Amino acid sequence: MLTLDTVTSVVDGETHLADISLTLESGSLNILLGPTLAGKTSLMRLMAGLDAPTSGRVLVDDRDVTGVPVRDRAVAMVYQQFINYPTLSVYENIASPLRVARRPKAEIDRKVREAAALLRLEDMLDRTPQALSGGQQQRTALARALVKDASLVLLDEPLANLDYKLREDLRAELPRLFAASGSILVYATTEPAEALLLGGHTATLHQGRVTQFGPTLDVYRRPATLLTAQTFSDPPLNVLPVTKRGPAVTAADGTAVPLGDRMTGLGDGGYTLGFRPHELSLRPPATTAGVLSAPGVVAVTEITGSESYVHAQALGQRWVALDPGIHAVSPGQTVTLYLDARRCLVFGPDDRLVAEPPTLAAA
Amino acid sequence: MARIDLRGLAHSYRPAPRGRADYALKRMDMTWRDGGAYALLGPSGCGKTTLLNIISGLLVPSQGQVLFDDEDVTDIIPEDRNIAQVFQFPVIYDTMTVRQNLEFPLRNRRVPEPEIAARVAEIAEALHMTDDLPRKARGLTADAKQKISLGRGLVRRDTAAILFDEPLTVIDPHLKWLLRSQLKDLHRRYDFTMIYVTHDQTEALTFADSVVVMHEGAVVQVGTPTELFERPAHTFVGYFIGSPGMNVLPCEITGASARVGHQTVPLARGYAPSGGKVELGVRPEFVRVDDGPDGLAAQVTDVEDVGRYRIARLRLEGHPMAAILPDGARLDGHTTRVGFDPAHVNVYVDDHLVEGEA
Amino acid sequence: MQTKPVNQKAWFLVLPVFLLVAFSALIPLMTVMNYSVQDTFGNNQFFWVGLEWFEDILQSERFHDAFLRQILFSALILAIEVPLGIAVALCMPTRRFWTAVVLVLMALPLLIPWNVVGTIWQVFGRVDIGLLGKALYSLGVDYNYTQDPLSAWITVVVMDVWHWTSLVALLCYAGLQSIPDAYYQAARIDGASRWAVFRHIQLPKMKRVLLIAVLLRFMDSFMIYTEPFVVTGGGPGNSTTFLSIDLVKMAIGQFDLGKAAAMSILYFLTILLLSWVFYTVMTSGEGNGRATRRRGRADA
Repeated sequence: MLTLDTVTSVVDGETHLADISLTLESGSLNILLGPTLAGKTSLMRLMAGLDAPTSGRVLVDDRDVTGVPVRDRAVAMVYQQFINYPTLSVYENIASPLRVARRPKAEIDRKVREAAALLRLEDMLDRTPQALSGGQQQRTALARALVKDASLVLLDEPLANLDYKLREDLRAELPRLFAASGSILVYATTEPAEALLLGGHTATLHQGRVTQFGPTLDVYRRPATLLTAQTFSDPPLNVLPVTKRGPAVTAADGTAVPLGDRMTGLGDGGYTLGFRPHELSLRPPATTAGVLSAPGVVAVTEITGSESYVHAQALGQRWVALDPGIHAVSPGQTVTLYLDARRCLVFGPDDRLVAEPPTLAAA
Repeated sequence: MARIDLRGLAHSYRPAPRGRADYALKRMDMTWRDGGAYALLGPSGCGKTTLLNIISGLLVPSQGQVLFDDEDVTDIIPEDRNIAQVFQFPVIYDTMTVRQNLEFPLRNRRVPEPEIAARVAEIAEALHMTDDLPRKARGLTADAKQKISLGRGLVRRDTAAILFDEPLTVIDPHLKWLLRSQLKDLHRRYDFTMIYVTHDQTEALTFADSVVVMHEGAVVQVGTPTELFERPAHTFVGYFIGSPGMNVLPCEITGASARVGHQTVPLARGYAPSGGKVELGVRPEFVRVDDGPDGLAAQVTDVEDVGRYRIARLRLEGHPMAAILPDGARLDGHTTRVGFDPAHVNVYVDDHLVEGEA
Repeated sequence: MQTKPVNQKAWFLVLPVFLLVAFSALIPLMTVMNYSVQDTFGNNQFFWVGLEWFEDILQSERFHDAFLRQILFSALILAIEVPLGIAVALCMPTRRFWTAVVLVLMALPLLIPWNVVGTIWQVFGRVDIGLLGKALYSLGVDYNYTQDPLSAWITVVVMDVWHWTSLVALLCYAGLQSIPDAYYQAARIDGASRWAVFRHIQLPKMKRVLLIAVLLRFMDSFMIYTEPFVVTGGGPGNSTTFLSIDLVKMAIGQFDLGKAAAMSILYFLTILLLSWVFYTVMTSGEGNGRATRRRGRADA
């Protein structure tokens, strides 16, 4: 178990990490999600012991390890760049942490071959990293992290430099690879979709702060703040500022927003609705109850083959709608956008979540 | 802007290529329409960058011709070819201001000062960068730098085509959307021919009118995003486009039905018997689970919830396959019955799509 | 703020270096300081003289001359070696094999001990037996470094250029190698001239290594001693008597320890000051890199 207790990191007067408290369980997969410079790498360096926090404590199994240097901790790290020893063979690359630990020869051989088998590198063991493709190089780095049997494995955007499809394959394998070892896995990414595909727990980061930490789907479906919802949305989250007066909820131009009883019990004032692109549609729904329909002017359409992203200006906001099927709408055209208002996230004046959508039927 | 034709084009990095395998780019003929938005999609090492470099003139092909509006430019150097290129990592002139960066290509071509000023002002406005003009380019963020790279291509009136080499690699996801839609806007406004190299299917499909899919140095399909999605011409296209990719199941075909293992799949069309490797291709989007008693028996190995939808990992007669589960679909237990929409089942012989007879 | 054991440990790690520096630099410097404000007659009796030595030195024509010679020498060296080094780096062959050959050849002068360099040129330039000297003499050029101050200067400067230009070239070459290909491609597409490529891509990207090259060459040339001492011995007359040669003459030759000490300190301060000036001038307008990071953070 790794605990960060109100950790803060200030470098050259610049706050890189502010007041972070997290507890990561053994054997868990944890994702750090946030844009570039949100503090993901700083946080990982701190967990590894490469940097010491300016204040706060780092605990491993309730033992204070703040300031204990990285070489005295059982940590493995894999980076975005493919980092291997260029002159050593793949075999020696994978064996290197075991050689440092002076393990017996037979054990090294067994572990290297096991890891190579898991990462499908058996046929490459005699080659040097330069003779490998990017995907194989990163597999080598991962195998090295795997044999180390570290209690903490840090993966810093390990798939970012790989082709889309390779990423898909490795992403599916990764959690399974390390699951058996019982180590704490920490995975940094800028992509919300990647976090969702990996599962586990997610901590969203914004400007050096952890804005939320919880099971990945929970954070995705019930973001505590507007900021978390925005961090955890790709394409960007659609928003609509609304005003509540008594039972009536209206947008800036007076359009009534049919939220049903979702906001009953809340005080009057300004609120923000947040909804993801797939909750906004160009097709009229079967039932009009609770549906907000708004005219929008199409800015751009993007077709992914099975679906269309339609970017449109509506109710003074720039929205993205994700619709199944191909829509032949052209820029400048006026369309009607349908939003199931009952599925919106509602954020209060302080941008905190005040009403979440009804739980989806548990499958 | 110009139309670009590739005639009998092939390239090998070896001085004396022998077999087909020696060619990084296999022989191809292709036309890039004037003002078209094309994506060149494929994994690394598929030859897409080689092709881009041949079009830009950085590389002279070992065979064939490159024509810009019917004019042979095969041996013409890049600076005389009137193309612009945006690279993977932002290339800007560090010591210059944003304005000087945009002026640079015009200055080098001795364009009169008043025209430079007017052109730079117009392009800066189109890029939403007017306020940044006096700033040093070095201090800008990656996305702003990429816009400047693009701007240096746009300021020239004679630009025949703008080439993009994975330009969004270093851009954060939420900015990618913004930049991509701005790019589409600009394309509509200036109507330039653009060729966009990427390994990212989402980028290629959302950006281009026409996607050129490359695999091992050859073009395997050219089509609209919808065509690539619904009728992949090659199993590689089916695998590469879509996430998860198309399910490919080995089968035997007699007339209008296919046998996968011990089970029968009805087809929309009839097929003449053929030799070679015969496979069915069906997208996870077109697989129904919990299909009732007539469906094919399959084992459920895993269900992944990715927020917007769920992916079911299945085994059909021992072959792994995936299905996208619609909202509210129930999947309990370890077995289910699956059904395919016959209109969306494609048949492949030796990896190539075959059309059946109605 | 909390105490961090890791930092205290770090102090222990640098302690040996501290002690080493103290013994090798600080203590001798203190000794020199001590000498510079006292007078001695070599019988272990010291008299406090205050800043008298410094005043003496600053007013002495001999120091002024040596100082100006030194400034001129360093200026010449920098003016020749830096552009030449850049030019050589730009002309490096692109084929791997030839690059390796040229790199080895260029590194050769750097491997020769300084006094040997002096000896080589001392012989090379001799009018009676030296290849260069005799050749020039038979061509009718009036060249003799033992008698003609101009010949002596040319010899010393050319020798230094021969000895050290490759260092500048190697550093610049390393700087050039780090420029991604995309920059050159973009420049070609933008229609940039060869000069524009140099001015707007290569030079800015070489800036950091150039700073190191200029500082190294400045400090080294400003302290030059061995080579001119071996070749000309500071002559003819005092024409190639640079500061360090003058200093040694004063300290060892005349045993004027107080004065020599005062001169050393002035010498040291001059180098420190000029190096700082070079550094400040060449790094002005930088620091933008960090600003970007901060702005990026605010944007994010």
